Amino acid sequence: MNIESLNAQLAENQDLIQDTSIKQYLTFLMAGEEYGIDILTVQEIRGWEQTTAIPNAPGYVKGVMNLRGTVVPVIDLREKFALEAVEYSAVTVVIVLKIEQAGMDKIIGIVVDAVSDVYGIEASQFKTSPSLEQNQNSQFITGLAQVENKTLILLNLDQVL
Amino acid sequence: MSIDLSQFFEVFYEESFEGLDIMEAELLDLQPGNFDNETINTIFRAAHSIKGGSGTFGFTSVADFTHVLETLLDQIRDGRRALTQIHIDLLLQSVDCLRDMLTALQSGEEPETQQADELKSQFNQILSESSDAEFQGNEAADSPDSESAGETETYWKISFIPGRDILKTGNEPLFLIQELAELGVLTQVLDVSTVPDLTNIEAEDCYFKWQFELQANCAQAQIEEIFEWIEDECEIHIEQAAQTNTSEDLVAQAEGTSQVKQADVDAERTSQIEETKPENIPPENKAKAASSGNKPKQTKTTESGSIRVGIEKVDSLINMVGELVITQAMLTQLSDGDFDPAKLTSLKEGIAQLAHNTRDLQESVMRIRMLPIGSVFSRFPRLVRDTSKKLNKKIELKLLGEQTELDKTLMEKISDPLVHLVRNAMDHGLETPDERLQAGKSETGSITLNAYHQGGNIVIEIIDDGRGLNTEKIKAKAIANGLMSEADGLTDDQINLLIFEPGFSTADQVSDLSGRGVGMDVVRRNIQALNGSVELESNKGEGSVVTIRLPLTLAILDGQLIQVGQHVYIIPLVNIIESLQINSAQLSNLGGELEVLRLREEYIPIIRLYDVFNHQPKTNQLSEGLLVVVESDNEKVGIFVDELLSQQQVVIKSLEANYFKVDGISGATILGDGTVSLILDVAGIVRLAGLTGKQQAMIANQMNEIEQLEA
Repeated sequence: MNIESLNAQLAENQDLIQDTSIKQYLTFLMAGEEYGIDILTVQEIRGWEQTTAIPNAPGYVKGVMNLRGTVVPVIDLREKFALEAVEYSAVTVVIVLKIEQAGMDKIIGIVVDAVSDVYGIEASQFKTSPSLEQNQNSQFITGLAQVENKTLILLNLDQVL
Repeated sequence: MSIDLSQFFEVFYEESFEGLDIMEAELLDLQPGNFDNETINTIFRAAHSIKGGSGTFGFTSVADFTHVLETLLDQIRDGRRALTQIHIDLLLQSVDCLRDMLTALQSGEEPETQQADELKSQFNQILSESSDAEFQGNEAADSPDSESAGETETYWKISFIPGRDILKTGNEPLFLIQELAELGVLTQVLDVSTVPDLTNIEAEDCYFKWQFELQANCAQAQIEEIFEWIEDECEIHIEQAAQTNTSEDLVAQAEGTSQVKQADVDAERTSQIEETKPENIPPENKAKAASSGNKPKQTKTTESGSIRVGIEKVDSLINMVGELVITQAMLTQLSDGDFDPAKLTSLKEGIAQLAHNTRDLQESVMRIRMLPIGSVFSRFPRLVRDTSKKLNKKIELKLLGEQTELDKTLMEKISDPLVHLVRNAMDHGLETPDERLQAGKSETGSITLNAYHQGGNIVIEIIDDGRGLNTEKIKAKAIANGLMSEADGLTDDQINLLIFEPGFSTADQVSDLSGRGVGMDVVRRNIQALNGSVELESNKGEGSVVTIRLPLTLAILDGQLIQVGQHVYIIPLVNIIESLQINSAQLSNLGGELEVLRLREEYIPIIRLYDVFNHQPKTNQLSEGLLVVVESDNEKVGIFVDELLSQQQVVIKSLEANYFKVDGISGATILGDGTVSLILDVAGIVRLAGLTGKQQAMIANQMNEIEQLEA
């Protein structure tokens, strides 16, 4: 699926959201797992492009990019989740998200392996994840969902910066 | 549904604050016994429009207070009362009080009325005294005047409810109101509660009701005459309310709370008015003037969201846009059809023209944000007047370059540091008249505020002709505070700079004004946050000069692009003194840690940017790269980079908006190729590299010793 059609579908889905009991999630792939984020936080999807490094920033902060005149930091979610880093390829995408941090809206980009699909998930499909207290990534995981025999890991990335 | 008046609030506040500024400026010009009637008129007009506006918007506390003020002004204007220094002081306090009230209203709070009530009772005191003091005195001799003054000015309360059809019958309420206003001082409150929803409005119907307060020497018949024509088509009630009654009530109220104090003031007041000598202000009054002048302003900064722009600036902008459109049309035409190499020349011309247009447009847009610095300077006459009284010093304030234009945002942010510096100069820089005479100077000290443009910067100087900085005292204090040690051997200039260090103060006694050095670090930090710098020059016995340098605008800066490894950064051109190739013969290494370059009798510490930022450089050999010598806090440092690229103007973008503040970086920008580049914060880099001012001084000191040994 190319980025143009993804963005078109994204806009379509965001318009369709009426029913509050069903939440739409955009899913992406990383190290063989499928993760989902609330589609309303997604601004757009872009191909990976070279960023400008920020001095003395943590490794997972890949730098800043120019998003039509706005300076946006880009985070490698693999590195943030302490997964094995991979070379960026033609399908590597940046999902541009609006997150809320300390009452301020911030726009960030996250680098993931590939974007997968959009699912509507009903409250009944939603399961809280098993206790993950020892896992440093647990703060980002809001729950699990079963869709078409797959397990989606649902994320909230407000604190990812 | 009534009209939402709140949409007009901002305009009202803005106009009111402007009015208060005018009142303040004019009041400062007033001299008892020698004034221009036009000045009083100007003050009166300003007060009147504040009263009118606040009445309309239902801010009754403001309207009531302004009303009393206006009554006094009216009497002075009509020559029925001689202007005294007490009046001026009281009016100035009222301006402060009104400003506080309006600020409170603006931030959505109920204004405190305590101060207003106090002042109001003082006004009423003066107003009620008039009959005794004035009529016995000068006025009795002046027969025509006293006659008009003798007539009791009456207060009329008029409620006017025109019939729905009044407009259709060809009557215009506006004319009636204008006629009413000619009789005397008119305050009006418009009641719009009967206005129906927009869909139900008959455009030709009149839905308004008015409440008027008229203060005039006229008979009821005169008022009735105005409404004669429309008597049948409206409801009108005219009621007389003697003004003296109301003021007496108010006085009685005030006396209930502070009877003794009030009586004291009364006694002194009466004697003052009889004497009308401006110098003899009762001590109590003086203290009051000072305390109110010095009252901390509302900390909540309500930065106003709009600016007034001269029409010629807007016109020039429209012209520019017109030219831009023409250029765009030309380029569109060129790109029509297949591209013919023959068009290349005209295409290049077109693009050059576009570049020219863009630059002009940019300058014009910037000019819209530029305001003359006079609006900041204008607050100083008052400050100096109040402070000089309090300090018993004679101070003359000179303002130069008030027309120098500065970006509005900068203006708002620079005024507090300026106030601080001027207070410092008055409190600690200038001597008392006796000391000045002993030192062979004129009794009156002078403080000069000077502003001018220099290159892309605005320079503001605060010059005093006082005693200069007491270097010995600063040194002793610095040693006591552990900022330096005797062995450091700092020069006088370096010691003087220590007053900008955090937590430094030489104030022996706690003064509510300033101690030279209190908060100077805040001043410097604020100015640095605006990409500016502060310099200090002091000559013992002759005075001192504080020079502030600021960029003209915060939105755009001239930058030098530099490269370290793969990374391109921007150094603001204002920081750069020179760039050079390093001659390794002039390098020294202090303790194996810090490299310094000897450059024309100066030692410049070298900061390797790749070290500070953990980048992979092209070269770590000093002789293969370049050194950019920059200045920060009056100290020079060299930043070692791989290469210099081009110079260009860059638009500053915030990095913090979507990320965090990064040490050593002041912002970001987008280069011509669309990539982001970060702008260096020189002071931050010096901090990151672990070089503080003190350490730099030590380096210089150590190098001097080496030199002496060599010699």
